[in-house]
Amino acid sequence: MSGGHSTYTPKSGIGKWIDARMPLPRLVYDSFVAYPVPRNLNYAYTFGGILSLMLIAQILTGVVLAMHYVSDTSLAFVSVEKIMRDVNSGWLLRYMHANGASFFFIAVYIHIMRGLYYGSYKAPRELLWILGCIIYLLMMATAFMGYVLPWGQMSFWGATVITGFFTAIPLVGEWIQQLLLGGFAVDNPTLNRFFALHYLLPFMIAGVVVLHVWALHVTGQTNPTGIEVKAKTDTVAFTPYATIKDAFAMIVFLAVFAYFIFYMPNYLGHPDNYIEANPLKTPAHIVPEWYFLPFYAILRAITFNIGPIDSKLGGVLAMFGSIAVLFFVPWLDTSRVRSAVYRPWYKLFFWLFVADAIFLGWLGSRPAEGAYVAMAQVATLYYFAFFIVIMPVLGLIETPRRLPNSITEAVLSKNKAHPAVAAKV
Amino acid sequence: MSAEDTIEPSRRDFLYIATGMAGVVGVGGAVWPFIDQMRPDASTLALATVEVDVAALEPGMSLTAKWRGKPIFIRNRTPEEIEAAKSVPMAELKDPVARNANKAADAPATDEDRSAGDGKENWLVMIGSCTHLGCVPLGQQGDFGGWFCPCHGSHYDTAGRIRKGPAPENLAVPVFQFVSDTKIRIG
Repeated sequence: MSGGHSTYTPKSGIGKWIDARMPLPRLVYDSFVAYPVPRNLNYAYTFGGILSLMLIAQILTGVVLAMHYVSDTSLAFVSVEKIMRDVNSGWLLRYMHANGASFFFIAVYIHIMRGLYYGSYKAPRELLWILGCIIYLLMMATAFMGYVLPWGQMSFWGATVITGFFTAIPLVGEWIQQLLLGGFAVDNPTLNRFFALHYLLPFMIAGVVVLHVWALHVTGQTNPTGIEVKAKTDTVAFTPYATIKDAFAMIVFLAVFAYFIFYMPNYLGHPDNYIEANPLKTPAHIVPEWYFLPFYAILRAITFNIGPIDSKLGGVLAMFGSIAVLFFVPWLDTSRVRSAVYRPWYKLFFWLFVADAIFLGWLGSRPAEGAYVAMAQVATLYYFAFFIVIMPVLGLIETPRRLPNSITEAVLSKNKAHPAVAAKV
Repeated sequence: MSAEDTIEPSRRDFLYIATGMAGVVGVGGAVWPFIDQMRPDASTLALATVEVDVAALEPGMSLTAKWRGKPIFIRNRTPEEIEAAKSVPMAELKDPVARNANKAADAPATDEDRSAGDGKENWLVMIGSCTHLGCVPLGQQGDFGGWFCPCHGSHYDTAGRIRKGPAPENLAVPVFQFVSDTKIRIG
């Protein structure tokens, strides 16, 4: 969509001079001003912009926090307390960074769910979707390593458990774990390298985000109807329409974010992380950060051996599999209709999946005992069944509702149903 | 194409392949230090050994020492605990191997092979790191009166053998020996 027919015309002499040498203003104009977007985008489509904003906020707060933080096991915990008490505005910056990670994940989960609901992963947007999955993986690695840095009890034991996953790999598992830790247990070398990588990965995320946006601007956005843009009347210009909508959504999102920072800054954290790491004492109940809880529940749901795979390796494979399956979604969904709006059965199973993921998250926060284990096994089964059974089978047997002929027709018929709204527009 | 396939490789083809292979070896050699630096360094490997005085441990008492950054459980077991561990039929064990670095790799997980051995069967020395994902199990808890890992619910018996839960192996016994009647050297 971008490129080919640029409408940018530099007015000033300097503008013309730059345009002939390195047309960056033209690229920005074509990508974020004149760029056509479907006219029916709703607020679910504003989370890409919100995520870009959060990435910038995390990098900014992270860079300044790194100026005060010390990545040494004897000083890390103290240096974080120093940031909280002594560094000017340190408490604010740290709470912004810690809650920012959580809100980053809130936004990315809504963004992913939006994609699953409206079928945004379908051809020709498979690479766009896969790039998004890679960003999500990088985000998880970054968040995990960042959580280790304060060197509290949850930092230490979370790192122990997560690097312990690799020991499940036959033969080379222990070697890989020692390679990651730089020792036989989580210790100073581990903390140091996690800090270095935690600083590096956000910039790698930024790089993949550029590819993600590039891919988006080649195929163009999807929209709630799932029908491709067919005529100029189906679109509006990015600026002012999408710009204003994105900006308004960002303000609402940031208002909620600010509420957490100022009124409940530790609500999403764990009190045990305010106890300094102790390698000889495991907290009674290790839980990861909330955004990893569904995967943690899946890990713990595999309590039985599957043929030659023991329960430990089985749990780790199920957990990694629950994320890996996302990469195959474009080919698992066999339906020719893109949007769930016109797929009554898919819509039902989709919302069941959302409920299932939240339920898994809650189970991940419970101890791995008794009925919780059985419930986690059922929820894990549905999680995988949604992708591996429901998506391919439903696409073949479901009768979708009649699709409108174009985005414009869908919008106009909607306005006819609500004449008062149409009149105002 | 088939006609071309039979053409003798030229000296240029040989040079391409030889150069390419030399390049691969060179890149591999250049990458290796970047991976190698991540492995445990000399100061971590030079862990020497730890000597622990166990004179104060009466039957039924334990202590935790630290070795290689990991906790080591040393327990002076009561006769009841030893009896309980001995009465378990081998067929009931999830992991039938002793996992004792002082014994043969395939030694069975009998109570004697798990403990410090003949005459010192009351002594149990183990790495206190759950074989599931490395949490520190809690002593004298769980369904078998041994150790219980609070993270993911693995139960170990009074000989530190895995009996229930996701852990795949018995708690590992490190290399150790009694240097005197009251002193244990680990490592």
